[in-house]
Amino acid sequence: MDIKLKVRRQNPEADDKPFWKDYAVEVPEYYTLLDALLKVREEVDETLALRCSCRSHICGSCGMRVNGHAALACKTKLSDLDQETVTVEPMGNMPVIRDLVVDLEPFWNKLYSIKPYLQPATDPPEREYVVPNETMFHLDGVVNCIMCGACVSDCESLSVNPIFIGPTAFAKEYRFVLDPRDAADRERLSQMNGPGGVWDCTHCFQCVEVCPKDVAPMDRIMAMRRMMMDMGMEQHNGAKRANAFMDLVGTYGRLDETRLLMRSVSGLGELMSFSKVGFRALWKGKLPPLKPHRIAGAPAVRRILERARNQRPRRFKVHQAQEEGVRA
Amino acid sequence: MIYKHDVLVVGAGLAGMRAAIAAQQHGVDVAIVSKVYPVRSHSNAAQGGINAALGEGDSWESHAYDTVKGSDYLGDQDAIEILAKEAPQAVLELEHWGVNFSRDETGHLGTRNFGGASQARTYFVADITGQALLQIMFEQLVRSGLKMYNEWFVTSLVLSENRVVGVLALDMRSGQLHGITAKSVVIASGGLGRVFEPSTNALICTGDGMAIAYRAGAQLMDMEMMQYHPTTLKGSGALLTEGARGEGAYLLNANGERFMKKSAPNKMELASRDVVSRAEQTEIDEGRGIDGCVLLDCRHLGRDLIMTKLGQIHELALELAGVDIVKEPVPVRPGFHYPMGGIKTDVFGETTVPGLYAAGEAACVSIHGGNRLGANSLLDTVIYGRRAGEAAADAAAKLAGEEVRETAVRDEERRIQALVDRPDRGQFAAKVRWDMGTGMVTHCGVFRDQKGLEACGDLLHDLKDRFTQVHVGDKGRVFNTNLLSVLELRNMLDLAEAVQLTALTRTESRGAHTRIDYPERDDEHWLRHILLQYREDGPEISYRPVTITQWEPQVRTY
Repeated sequence: MDIKLKVRRQNPEADDKPFWKDYAVEVPEYYTLLDALLKVREEVDETLALRCSCRSHICGSCGMRVNGHAALACKTKLSDLDQETVTVEPMGNMPVIRDLVVDLEPFWNKLYSIKPYLQPATDPPEREYVVPNETMFHLDGVVNCIMCGACVSDCESLSVNPIFIGPTAFAKEYRFVLDPRDAADRERLSQMNGPGGVWDCTHCFQCVEVCPKDVAPMDRIMAMRRMMMDMGMEQHNGAKRANAFMDLVGTYGRLDETRLLMRSVSGLGELMSFSKVGFRALWKGKLPPLKPHRIAGAPAVRRILERARNQRPRRFKVHQAQEEGVRA
Repeated sequence: MIYKHDVLVVGAGLAGMRAAIAAQQHGVDVAIVSKVYPVRSHSNAAQGGINAALGEGDSWESHAYDTVKGSDYLGDQDAIEILAKEAPQAVLELEHWGVNFSRDETGHLGTRNFGGASQARTYFVADITGQALLQIMFEQLVRSGLKMYNEWFVTSLVLSENRVVGVLALDMRSGQLHGITAKSVVIASGGLGRVFEPSTNALICTGDGMAIAYRAGAQLMDMEMMQYHPTTLKGSGALLTEGARGEGAYLLNANGERFMKKSAPNKMELASRDVVSRAEQTEIDEGRGIDGCVLLDCRHLGRDLIMTKLGQIHELALELAGVDIVKEPVPVRPGFHYPMGGIKTDVFGETTVPGLYAAGEAACVSIHGGNRLGANSLLDTVIYGRRAGEAAADAAAKLAGEEVRETAVRDEERRIQALVDRPDRGQFAAKVRWDMGTGMVTHCGVFRDQKGLEACGDLLHDLKDRFTQVHVGDKGRVFNTNLLSVLELRNMLDLAEAVQLTALTRTESRGAHTRIDYPERDDEHWLRHILLQYREDGPEISYRPVTITQWEPQVRTY
C-alpha cells in the first residue's frame, strides 16, 4: 500500500527551527509505522533521527506522536490508521534533541526523585517473602510499564505545571506502595501529598488513553489519593475537595459547586482569590444556585457512592502482618 | 574529555548492571556506559523465566546435569556447577530486591515447566520475566547512585602493553568522542542477533562488545553455536515464549500431528531448543509445514491461563500476526535467537586480555555449550555478571593503572571522520547488513553443510569489500544514527566471519550446530571448544578441551 509520512523534523546543528518533511513510501499491508520509518531511513533519507530497538513493544524506545497522540511506532499498524497521510512528531512535554529524538533527562530525573527502589522494613528473610499471589499478580499491571514516556508526552497537567512529577513516576510509586515488601508507603504517600504531587493530576485520561501497555497511570494516581485519605492525609485542598464532593453528592444527589469551592480551600484569603471567577460567573449568569437542591433519587446515589468507596485493591504489607502476627 | 573510573562496565542490561552493582559493593569507583538507556536493553525481551533448584526435591546437581545434557556436553562443567549452585541465592536476591515473582497458593515462589528441564524449576513473572528483572535491576542501579553514561557508544578498547586501560566512546547526544580510563573493563553489551535476518533480537543487538574485545585481542569461543528458537512468529519473527509450551501448548504440523513424538517421545514439546527447532525445520522441509511454518496451539490452555500467564504473547500474536491464540493456533518457525558463543572467560569473567572481563550474552564461560536451556540466560546474567564485577573490582583495587591519552581520542576521531567523509558510491549500510543477515540464516541456519558454509565465506568476503565503500549520508554530529549503523555493521561483519569459520571447522553435529554432511556427534575429535584469535590477515583457530567434572558424555535423548 502507498503511504505518506509527514514528519516533523528539527536539526539543532542547521537552523534549529522545526520543519515538516513528507515521505511517500510503498509498504506491505502488515507494516508498522516503525517499519515504514526504518524503510525511509535506510532507503530514502539516512539523516532522519529516531530511537528504536525491540520492534515488539517491550523496550519503550520508539515513543512519538502519531496523528497528534503519543504512541509506540512499533505498535502502530499502518493499516489500522484511517488517514493516508500519517503525521509523525516527537513526543510532547520534552525538549527535542533532533527530529524524533527527545531529551529524556528530565523524565528520568523525576523518576529518580521518588526513590524508585524497594525499601523493606528489615533485612530480608532467609527464603522468599511469603505473600499472597494476588498481590504479586496485581503488580504485573504496573511492572508492565516500559518507561516509553507516552503518558508524560500527552499529560495535560504537565504541559502547564512543569513540577508535576507525572504519570510514569507515579505508576512506579504505586508499584511500591502496593508491594507487600515495601515498608516506606507512608513516606512515599506523604511525599506525593505535596507540590507536584498526585493532587496536581487533572484526570484528563490522556495517560490512560495513550499507554501502550495498559498501565493506566491515572487509575493508579486515583488509587493512591484514596490511600492517602484513608491514612488521614486530608489537609491538601485536593483531599478536602474529594471529601466535600462525596459528602455533597451523597447528601443532595448532585453537585453543589458553591459549597464544593468553599470546602475545598484553606481559609478566607484563598476563597477570595476565586472572587474574580465568581463575579464573572454572576455576570454571565453561570453562578450556581446558592441554596442547594436535593434530587429525588439522592439515597440511591449515596448507595452507589458507598459501593464505589469500598472498591480498593487489597493492600497487604509484610511488615505489618509480622507486627500483627498474621500469616499471609 | 577523558573521564576516569576504577571499573567501567560496558552495557547496561542485566549482566552489566549486576556487574556494576557488585563492583561498587567491593569498594571501588564504578561507572556504566551504554548505547541505550538501561531499561531499553534487550534483557527485557526474555519472557519465560529464570531457573534455580530451589524447590523441595530439586537439587543443584539435577539442574547442572540438565544444563550439561542440554549443552550436548560442550558446556564446561565447572562453570555449570557454579551456575547451578549459586542459582537459588541469585533468585532469592532478585525476589528480595522486589521482583514480583509469581507465587503458588501458599504464597511461596511458584514454578513453571521449561524445555530440557527434568523438574519445574523456572521462576517467572507472567511472560514478562526479563522486563521485571531489568526494571528491578535498574532500580538497584539508581539506588547505588553510580555514574551512568547513557547513550554513549563504545567504539574501541584502549590498551597499553597488552593491558586494557579504558575505552573510547561516542556521546550520541553531542556527537563528541571521549576517553574513559578504567583499571578494569567489563564487557556486558549483549548478543549479536542482528548478524542474522530474521532474528528475534532487538535492533541494538549488534555484538559491539564482542567485536571490540575480539579486535583488542580477546579470544572468542563456541562461535559456531547459534541458537534458533523454536517458536518465533511468522512474518515479524517476534519471540513467543517457551513458557507457552511450558504451560502445555502443542506443536502441530499441517496434518495436525504433534510431530515431536518422533524425535522426543518423552519430553515432546519440552525437549531442548535445538531438538525442537530441528524437528520443526524437518517438518517444514519435508512438506508438512504450512507456508514455511508449523503451528503452536494454545487453545486447550483456556482463556484465563493465557490472559494471566501468557498475556504478552497473546498481545504480540494479535498485534503482529492478527492471530488470537485463545481461538486459533499461531504459525511459528525456528528463528535466530541467541549465541551460545562469545568472548571466552574463566569462571571469574576474566578474558584472555588482562584487565578485560566479560559477562552475559557477550561472554562464553562456557555454560551453554552447544545449546542453551531456556531460562538459563537470565540466570547467567545475574550470576556471571556479579562474579565478573567482583573480580574486576578486586583487580582494580590493586592497580595503579595507566590512563587513556588524548592522542588515542584524536586518532579515533580521525578514523571516524574518514568514515563520514567517504564519497557516496551507492553502498548503503542497511543493504549490506540485510545481505549478511539473510546469507547467515541461509548458510549458518538450523542445518548446515560444507558447500553452504563455503558459499557463506565467499559472501562475507564480498560484503567486507562492499563495506569499505559504505558511506555515511548524515554528516551531522548530534544523534547521528546513520554513523552508528555503519560502526555497528563493522562489528557485525567481524562476528559473522567468526561464526562462519567455526561452523565450517566443526565437522560433526552437536547441539545447535547440525552439519548434514557430518550428522553424528563425534566425541573422539570434537569434545573440545574452538577458539578464535583476531589477526590482521584473518582469524587464527585454536582448541581447548571441554572441562568435565562428573558427567561423561552420553547419547542424548529427550
